[in-house]
Amino acid sequence: MDRENVESRVREIIVKQLNVNAEQVKAESSFLDDLGADSLDLVELVMAFESEFSAEIAGEIPEADAEQLRTVKDVVDYILAKA
Amino acid sequence: MVDLSRNSLRRVVVTGLGAVTPLGPDFTSSWDGLVAGRTGVGPLTKIDASLFPCRVAAEVQDFDAGRFLDGKEVRRHDPFTHYAVAAAHMARDDAALHRYTDPQRVGVIIGSGIGGLRTIDVQSRILHSQGPRRVSPFMIPALIADMASGVAAIGLGARGPNFAALTACSSGAHSIGEAYHFLRLGKADAIFAGGTEGSVNAFSIAGFCAMRAVSTAFNDDPARASRPFDADRDGFVVGEGACVLVLETLDHALARGARIYCEVTGYAASCDAHHVTAPVLGGEVLAQTIGDALRESALEPGDVDYVNAHGTSTPYNDLCESNAYKLAFGEEAYRIPISSVKGATGHMLGAAGAFEAAVCARTIVTGIIPPTLNYERPDPACDLNYVPNVAIRREVRVAVSDNLGFGGHNAALVFQKFSPP
Repeated sequence: MDRENVESRVREIIVKQLNVNAEQVKAESSFLDDLGADSLDLVELVMAFESEFSAEIAGEIPEADAEQLRTVKDVVDYILAKA
Repeated sequence: MVDLSRNSLRRVVVTGLGAVTPLGPDFTSSWDGLVAGRTGVGPLTKIDASLFPCRVAAEVQDFDAGRFLDGKEVRRHDPFTHYAVAAAHMARDDAALHRYTDPQRVGVIIGSGIGGLRTIDVQSRILHSQGPRRVSPFMIPALIADMASGVAAIGLGARGPNFAALTACSSGAHSIGEAYHFLRLGKADAIFAGGTEGSVNAFSIAGFCAMRAVSTAFNDDPARASRPFDADRDGFVVGEGACVLVLETLDHALARGARIYCEVTGYAASCDAHHVTAPVLGGEVLAQTIGDALRESALEPGDVDYVNAHGTSTPYNDLCESNAYKLAFGEEAYRIPISSVKGATGHMLGAAGAFEAAVCARTIVTGIIPPTLNYERPDPACDLNYVPNVAIRREVRVAVSDNLGFGGHNAALVFQKFSPP
């Protein structure tokens, strides 16, 4: 799967869910520290990733995995590894 | 800081008004519409009306929550919170209360009849079609009825007493009454008090239709559907919106040079203890509640210049209230102008009592009594002066507002023209 494609879809979700500008969302941006997310936002973000990538990652992102997803890069790596 | 050594009661005044109603996105346009005899009742458009026997509603239109909350916040909250936050911010601007000496002495008490019914509707569909893992983490915070007060407090930076009176259609009145108590006892300097409801959604319309509580006879002529005290009234019209008043102790208002609309001088609350939804038709309990509020104000029925009725346009409510006025005011009941704004606003449920309190404040300031719309054919059982269809000019020094809520709740408030100490 194409990294660029995954990354642009992940960024799009983050921009929409966290109501931030696209320029703010860098590969190393932390959801909590840099993008103003709180713990409830993180739950909603993971749900949005699951929906968007349901074809690629086949189902749910387990709680233990979700806790490790702290930055844009974490998410992209995770989806590429599972796909 | 609370000074517990002082125990004398404080005077409480109204210094700010803010609202979002079916008549307009702010209090001034709502008031202007009311006085002009405009209606906010129209066809039910926010949901597929063809499914329901009632196809009229008083919907809030042209409202942009994004003016008061950022995009993420708008998405997180239910409409009842959007309306409340907007009304609270407009009330703050109207009162010019932008800086507090002690934020913990500034409270928020915004009641709601139901809370986030739309959120319950949307999320329960998701639960049953997609399973529990798809339910939003924001569902609970969005639907709990106290959240309007909680979210408004964040925007206002108000750390004082904060909760919501939850008494169905009298929530707004009880919230204002409870705020008055806190201020009167010296436990706060200022409180943003009012009510809110985001009630035009499929869940709520279905529920009220099932109760046979709403109007169904005027689907082809929505403007005539809400007709308080009229002989052809056949149920209320579901409305929505919010209204918030800034209440302050007189000392606090004078110290900051605030403009004062009127004084709150009486509040009483009671319960019919009779039936879940039907009022005591003789009006005995409501009458005593109104009497209690008048006595707290040291007033007689002869002092009352205006009564703002709950006047929902249901057969039972309007009869109960008319009977209660005769018991509470005696012969004076036939003299006092009585009007219900619900002919124009529909029934804003938890917001109703708050908007009606704001109307009393404006009536006292302007000497204009808003009319009861669609009063065309007198009901022999409701034979008082309901200010039919056209606003009247009258000096109002004392205004009484009462509200009733499912659960048997009653509330009465007394507002008086302000006279300096």
